[in-house]
Amino acid sequence: MKTLVEDYDIVVVGAGHAGCEAALAGARLGLSTIMFTVSVDSIALMPCNPNIGGSSKGHLVRELDALGGEMGKNIDKTFIQSKMLNCSKGPAVHSLRAQADKQAYSNRMRRTLEETKNLTIKQGEVTKLLVEDGRIVGVETFSGAIYNCKAVILCTGTYLKARCIYGDVSNYTGPNGLQAANYLTDSLKELGIEMYRFKTGTPARIAGNSIDFTKMEEQFGDERVVPFSFSTDPEEVQIEQQSCWLTYTNEKTHEIIRANLDRSPLFSGAIEGTGPRYCPSIEDKVVRFSDKNRHQVFIEPEGLYTNEMYIGGMSSSLPEDVQYAMYRSVPGLENARIVKNAYAIEYDCINPRQLYPTLEFKSIKGLFSAGQFNGSSGYEEAAAQGLIAGINAAMEIKGEDMLILDRSEAYIGVLIDDLVTKENHEPYRMMTSRAEYRLLLRQDNADLRLRKKGYQVGLIDEETYLKIVEKEKRIDEEIKRVEHTNIGASKEVQELLASYGSTLLKSGTTLAELIRRPELSYEAVAPIDPDRPELPYDVMEQVDINIKYDGYIRRQMKQVEQFKKLEARKIPQDLDYAKVGSLRIEARQKLEAYRPISIGQASRISGVSPADISVLLVYLEQYAKRRNNP
Amino acid sequence: METTIAAISTAMSASGIGIVRISGPEALEVVSHIYRSKGGKKKIKEVNTHTIHYGYIYDKDELIDEVLVMVMKAPRTFTGEDTVEIDCHGGVYAMKRVLETVIKNGAKIAAPGEFTKRAFLNGRLDLSQAEAVMDVIQAKNEYALKSSMDQLRGSVHRAIKEIRSNLIYHIAYIESALDDPEHISLDGYPQELLKIVDKEQEEIENLLKTASDGKMIQEGIQTVILGKPNAGKSSLLNLLVGENRAIVTDIAGTTRDILEEYITLHGITLKMVDTAGIRDTDDIVEKIGVGRAKEIARDADLILYVVDSSTPLDENDEQIISMLEGKKAIVLYNKTDLSPVVDIESLKTRTGHPVIPISAKEETGIRELEEKIKTMFFSGSLTFNDEVYITNARHKEALEEAAASLKLVRQSIELGMPEDFFSIDLMNAYECLGKILGESVGEDLVNEIFSKFCMGK
Repeated sequence: MKTLVEDYDIVVVGAGHAGCEAALAGARLGLSTIMFTVSVDSIALMPCNPNIGGSSKGHLVRELDALGGEMGKNIDKTFIQSKMLNCSKGPAVHSLRAQADKQAYSNRMRRTLEETKNLTIKQGEVTKLLVEDGRIVGVETFSGAIYNCKAVILCTGTYLKARCIYGDVSNYTGPNGLQAANYLTDSLKELGIEMYRFKTGTPARIAGNSIDFTKMEEQFGDERVVPFSFSTDPEEVQIEQQSCWLTYTNEKTHEIIRANLDRSPLFSGAIEGTGPRYCPSIEDKVVRFSDKNRHQVFIEPEGLYTNEMYIGGMSSSLPEDVQYAMYRSVPGLENARIVKNAYAIEYDCINPRQLYPTLEFKSIKGLFSAGQFNGSSGYEEAAAQGLIAGINAAMEIKGEDMLILDRSEAYIGVLIDDLVTKENHEPYRMMTSRAEYRLLLRQDNADLRLRKKGYQVGLIDEETYLKIVEKEKRIDEEIKRVEHTNIGASKEVQELLASYGSTLLKSGTTLAELIRRPELSYEAVAPIDPDRPELPYDVMEQVDINIKYDGYIRRQMKQVEQFKKLEARKIPQDLDYAKVGSLRIEARQKLEAYRPISIGQASRISGVSPADISVLLVYLEQYAKRRNNP
Repeated sequence: METTIAAISTAMSASGIGIVRISGPEALEVVSHIYRSKGGKKKIKEVNTHTIHYGYIYDKDELIDEVLVMVMKAPRTFTGEDTVEIDCHGGVYAMKRVLETVIKNGAKIAAPGEFTKRAFLNGRLDLSQAEAVMDVIQAKNEYALKSSMDQLRGSVHRAIKEIRSNLIYHIAYIESALDDPEHISLDGYPQELLKIVDKEQEEIENLLKTASDGKMIQEGIQTVILGKPNAGKSSLLNLLVGENRAIVTDIAGTTRDILEEYITLHGITLKMVDTAGIRDTDDIVEKIGVGRAKEIARDADLILYVVDSSTPLDENDEQIISMLEGKKAIVLYNKTDLSPVVDIESLKTRTGHPVIPISAKEETGIRELEEKIKTMFFSGSLTFNDEVYITNARHKEALEEAAASLKLVRQSIELGMPEDFFSIDLMNAYECLGKILGESVGEDLVNEIFSKFCMGK
């Protein structure tokens, strides 16, 4: 029998948010790339909530954009509402969130992929990985076709052995009734890869014309929309926006749920996967937070192409009849018609400690993975990993240095480091509290942090890069000028201070000192700063933040210095931990299992103590000296 | 390795001289702030390397101790870095004060085994010594952890736990609101937080006072009484305690069920280990198991082994005798009021330790025991590990840092900074306090957020 055999550089398995970024990155870096999906019509599908961004996730999108990813550009073209969250808080936690038109989002991404050189889209299920001498050489599909390649990026999302469940109904499908991928897990297990089984869930979709919006609070988008992408012209995103709606559950809702808990597959044990604590189903919330007499419910449009509404806050796996009863107990949903039932979904994923921070498997060269397959959750987390995996697959094939962002450089770095270094027993969601240097990792400076890296990798063109270099220069110059501009206690100055309720000057000070006052800002002191040059908004914003929070930023930068030292101490990958005599047993086992690439990474593994790190440092010194003078 | 570290480098007996050792690029700088020569003119930064200087250590204007200061500049020092050693003459208290003053002036308390580690990393030790260096680090660390935990009073332990749990709750609250601003509001919260911060600050200040009074940890010679059932351990303990009346007890904390008792003999403090076991059952080995008894024996500075002279040695005795090897121990030949069946001479040879005949019942021999302990201590053969002295200084350092962090939170609130700035310093305070309990942060925050606050979707 004749079999189809084709050759590619990179095979991407899956066309969700991770797969799309991975395939685009690979192809844009000049490598022939093929992307497999079980359904071409589900490219960049948003099977759960209709938003991109949100607290800390918005950061991920901006970082991805700065590096040359697609998600930011795609949502800027397809959003129907946008908000900057946390505006009343510090600049580090400002975060963009947009409501997407799901179909438009998916369509535009598909078109972008189609128009990308070197990229082939193929409907088909990859069933087997072909590995020779510890290196990936190709994949086999369900039809028996062989695709030879130099790298594979697994982005299977929630499709591996997927099962959707509500009540006692259980369907062996992926999200939204799509075909599951039932064979790849076995191939992975045969290759010695450790698998986990995770669970997540989604609420019902309800027909918009069955909802009484007069009983709900209307939620508007921002008056002035800020785009996600640094490349998008801000004027282009000032569109007419759609509203979301807020309503609440009540005691009646909770009673219905409590009375039917025994029929939930979660409580009966029919679901075995581990679910996320941060995204609890409504039945979970009612049980765990029984003191709360109501929970918020956000009604969000799925897009302009449909009247379906997403019922945020009420994901569930209760039986169909209970779902009807509980949704209809919510004000405004009394006559709700459910278009799609809420369900929980279980799927296979990996224990991500098997990966290097490059997202390459430690045990199989050329095999990379990204997204929910790595135990994360969320479109943005997936896309960010997809981009890094795509870049690194390309770098490896080209024989160039792979890209690792560390925890002080990007939320993406925090995300990946957490995945590959910490014990992870539930789908991992990005949170701003996970970023210890978050004052430095702001969404407003993602371009300054990462454009250069994107340029070095080859995803950012020279013109864009030079713009950033120029921006950096202008910021530095302006900060210096402001720090050295003296301000006397003139009448004009005192009047300005008085108008802001700020303490009057007794003696001279600098402009920078005034900007540091909480009630003032760079903008506020403009009238007493006659020599101020004409600067674009984004430069002024950086000047303001950097001066205003100078003390805090400096402190974090000092911590980063210490952190970087430990990251720079690399650990040879062939190190035999059994030979490091004084390590405690627990530490030895953990180090064996994780094989950290640096002392810094080693120090973040739970069960490795500071004393173990000291021991390791001494051993490495001895090891290096022995190597140099055998 | 750019920090400058300090520690007490000699195990001290009550009468000895203690050395505070400082190593690192700032070593001379630190000492220059606190050293004054007799005439007041000598500048410690300008003296020749490898010279010794007589003078005084001052904490600002308070005289702490009369000292000899040895200055050794890099690279010909143990660690390969600039090193200053201060020989303190004023005993344990003065030595600890000198260490504290050094820390106040910019040095950091050395991590366990850190001097040795630096010596190795700076090429001052032979490659073949690597194994030994690693062992020292691990052993010292273990001891430091133990002394930190064992010596922390139950009440202090509880107080710190409580402060920490309040802090993490509020950090989690702020962080939940940042992650899910549409569900959780921070309106009016800063004023509430201010009250919390002030309260916790006060708690920490109280603990700092406790630490300064030396009451936060109780130092002493870790002493364990071993013996088979009915050998007379509890009578001995009662006798020692009763005669001295200088008992300090501390009700067990939630994490430990060991009752600690401190006995002071002629100014020497014995910390009696696991006295609860003895009091309850008179059978420490049976109650806690042989494994744990061995562990206790291993960690003890002094073992008092009570032998029932009226019954033949049995399996229990054999086990205990094997635990005495290489340890400081005194064998108490008890029940001399009854007719002995155990030969006192062979007991001496078998155990290799001094044997003192006593009768706990008739209260004879106790004086001799006390004399023996005193002689052992003052001759220097009985000491306790220097990590013990450092423990208190480490706790103080951590408390001070926690207090400073809370001060920063207060400042941020008063300045009207956004809420996300508060949690940075709150977290730092939480982490510092954790060091005292030997607990790291790990996933504490994320766990607290998920368990206490109902998040989105």
